Amino acid sequence: MSEQAADDISGTPAGGPRRLRPRPAVAETAAMRALLIATAIGFLGLFVVLPLVAVFVEALRRGIGHYLETFADPDTQAAIRLTLTVAAIAVPLNLVFGLSAAWAVAKFDFPGKSLLITLIDIPFSVSPVVSGLVFVLLFGAQGVLGPWLAAHDLQIVFAVPGIVLATVFVTVPYVARELIPLMQEQGVSEEEAALTLGASGLRTFLTVTLPNVKWALLYGVLLCNARAMGEFGAVSVVSGHVRGLTNTMPLHVEILYNEYNFVAAFAVASILAGLALVTLVAKSLLEWRYGDALGRSRLY
Amino acid sequence: MTRSAAAGYTDLVDTVAIRAEGLEKRFGSTPALTGVDLSVEPGELVALLGPSGSGKTTLLRIVAGLEQPTAGRVFFGGEDATFVPVQARRVGFVFQSYALFKHLDVAENIAYGLRVRPRRLRPSRAEIRRRVADLLDLVQLSGLERRFPSQLSGGQRQRVALARALAVEPKVLLLDEPFGALDAQVRRDLRGWLRELHERTGHTTLFVTHDQDEALELADRVAILDRGRIEQVGTPDAIYDGPATAFVAGFIGESVRLPVTVTGDGLHIGQHVLSIATTVAPGPASLFVRPRDLVPAATRAAGLPARVTGVRRAGPARRAELMLGDGLPGIEIELPADISVARGDMLAVQFRTVRLFSA
Amino acid sequence: MSDAATAPRGPAWPGSVRFRRPSALPGFGLTFGFATLYLSLIVLIPLAALVLRASGLGLDGIWRIATMPRVLAALQVSFGLSFAAAAVNAVFGLVVAWVLTRYRFPGRRLLDAMVDLPFALPTAVAGIALAAIYAPNGWIGSLLAPFGIKVAFTPLGIFVALVFIGLPFVVRTVQPVLADLDREIEEASATLGATRRQTVLRVVLPSLLPAVLTGFALAFGRAVGEYGSVIFIAGNMPFRSEIVPLLIVIQLEEFNYAGATAIAAIMLAIAFVSLLAINLLQAWSRRRFGHV
Repeated sequence: MSEQAADDISGTPAGGPRRLRPRPAVAETAAMRALLIATAIGFLGLFVVLPLVAVFVEALRRGIGHYLETFADPDTQAAIRLTLTVAAIAVPLNLVFGLSAAWAVAKFDFPGKSLLITLIDIPFSVSPVVSGLVFVLLFGAQGVLGPWLAAHDLQIVFAVPGIVLATVFVTVPYVARELIPLMQEQGVSEEEAALTLGASGLRTFLTVTLPNVKWALLYGVLLCNARAMGEFGAVSVVSGHVRGLTNTMPLHVEILYNEYNFVAAFAVASILAGLALVTLVAKSLLEWRYGDALGRSRLY
Repeated sequence: MTRSAAAGYTDLVDTVAIRAEGLEKRFGSTPALTGVDLSVEPGELVALLGPSGSGKTTLLRIVAGLEQPTAGRVFFGGEDATFVPVQARRVGFVFQSYALFKHLDVAENIAYGLRVRPRRLRPSRAEIRRRVADLLDLVQLSGLERRFPSQLSGGQRQRVALARALAVEPKVLLLDEPFGALDAQVRRDLRGWLRELHERTGHTTLFVTHDQDEALELADRVAILDRGRIEQVGTPDAIYDGPATAFVAGFIGESVRLPVTVTGDGLHIGQHVLSIATTVAPGPASLFVRPRDLVPAATRAAGLPARVTGVRRAGPARRAELMLGDGLPGIEIELPADISVARGDMLAVQFRTVRLFSA
Repeated sequence: MSDAATAPRGPAWPGSVRFRRPSALPGFGLTFGFATLYLSLIVLIPLAALVLRASGLGLDGIWRIATMPRVLAALQVSFGLSFAAAAVNAVFGLVVAWVLTRYRFPGRRLLDAMVDLPFALPTAVAGIALAAIYAPNGWIGSLLAPFGIKVAFTPLGIFVALVFIGLPFVVRTVQPVLADLDREIEEASATLGATRRQTVLRVVLPSLLPAVLTGFALAFGRAVGEYGSVIFIAGNMPFRSEIVPLLIVIQLEEFNYAGATAIAAIMLAIAFVSLLAINLLQAWSRRRFGHV
């Protein structure tokens, strides 16, 4: 290999390179960079920003008066109440579950640990419709427990308990998923230190573990809450769509939409979209401010 | 390693001198290099030595073409390479972290630089295979060609990185802390091996290190950098025995700096005056003392009185810790094992070598 | 729910001492017991009910339902469009992840936050919004109508919805890997003579491949099961734009529990296969590259 070959590789004539300031060794050209940024912005703009904007534009299409009228409707109010109720039950339950599971998985070694972690993830990979269906098959009139429930005059599916169950099912993983990797990373040395200093187990948990995971916990609760309030498929299957009784906000959106009452549908949708935005802002703030205090792997 | 493989490889080497002229580099407003001039002769092995943040890695990266200097020029042989892009410089660069391609096995890593050449310059498959085999032989890794980097030890990764850099028949070889990530024993082994390899392949080699033993043992010449400037360039002997600046004197060896004053009478150390002829201008100065610079004085009057505060064995010799008083820092003297001193003794010491710089 | 009250207390679970490795920390019995009981009641038993019902149909019963023309058509629609949407997300997700990780430009943080919107926005809301945009009189639909392109109420509409809901997966799996990717391997490639293009194709992309594939599998799995965002824009024409989850709902509404169960069992099996695929992919990636 000779000097000649080196010049060939550079692809510039002798004397040529002197006038050029080469760009940094490992970066794209300015044009390539601009193209990539434009592509990313275009893609996200088209698929994410536009639908979000559309929700608010459609909701306000006939003016603020029409928009507000939607919320005077008792059925809408009932839907909002039910959604809040369901979230108020599902989120605390999954919070307690998440803390328990994370404590057991992250602080102890036992056989079948990775199986348990996989099981916690199941609701993420099951179709929402299937998540609802399982409760119909369990508690429905033709379900396994159907006859027994009917004999005792208890109704679970096509009633509020079914909606709560389906919502709890789909939101099981959120808190646990945030806590487990973080608590595994943190290990047990701080807790052991607290114990050697005479703290009780509960006190150790409250004064050592909890402060270490509080931001990840908040993060998980936020995501859990957003999903709980917005779940559609699973809830749709178990709800029975009784207006004013078993209609959550997302289901109410569907009913209004199918009745061609678009302004009202988008008005209710705008509340849910607002909730999504608040969640995103809080999530971004948490990541930005306390990124180090959150776990590393966040896929969902 | 077979002689023939190494000889076959050496025939291909076409190495050139490196010359840096007036290099400046700023990162934002922070200067990283100021007015750096350095010449490396063809086939020479030169170490860039300095504390962290001294700019030695920046200098190496500018020579490689990975960074652009703010001002100044880099020459390879007679050619101005300042604006030649890194791809065309044909440097063999060994990264501190080795930067092996994790998704490629050892043979594919080594062949990479040949495979990315434009078709008309690319050696045939058989030729690439032959060269990879030769290089594996050269770095003593034959038989590991199908291993992935994650399946190698630190020392083996280091040698793969070196083989990969040599595969492109570089004009010069640049190594950034080549042994930085290895444990002490492997470091020592590889040091001797690299010296041997250099003698066999004869590449002009520039390597960065913060370990002075490594620099002094391996290099033909050592360039000492501090805060973006070259303080001194010279053979290991010249650097060790004749530091050109106060920084070098303090940095090399186990030196202790004593604040002193030079007057017409001689050298004032605390309350004592030593009559020593010096070219250093009168005024405050720094005296750098290594354990072997001191000897017991022939007579008490001719020496500097010091109190022994501790004695310990150091290999064949003995080291005594001395306090000079007057708030001066403690120094050490190396004594033959047959001279017995004990803690609390008073000792008069004399300077065998005086390294004195204006403060 | 009163699971907490019925959860076994620590000492009440006699095996715990031998079952887990000894540790000074308390509470294993309580938390492990509660977590497994809760998981069993909420997730495992209901899923077991589905499996039980499905096994009552027998393999040939499920096969008979799965091979019904309408079911086959729905499977084809769901899988084909999910695959296409996940593929589009793999390509554009990679670009978005690259831009967000490598470049600094005004609005980057906002763009980064927007990536998660499909996770946060309820699917029904996304569904009606996309339907409104891509309807023949919508913002984009009206632009495409003159060219004879119909999106809403066609399979193309399903594709758009599936791209939307799968968008975050590839971005969020690639981003951390790209951020951790050592810049020195790109520099090493350059010193060996590779052009920027060669470096990206031969060094950067292969290193990102496991993450891209994981993101693809996640997006695909999510798309196959997606319901809310699709039904509003799909048109839901049997044999043409009917997705599998919708078919389950239709079976339920017709009180055809056997049909619903059989189709759900197929979807559940697919979910487990994709979960397995993702886990294998990550295990392979860890082994080969030493990272996830």
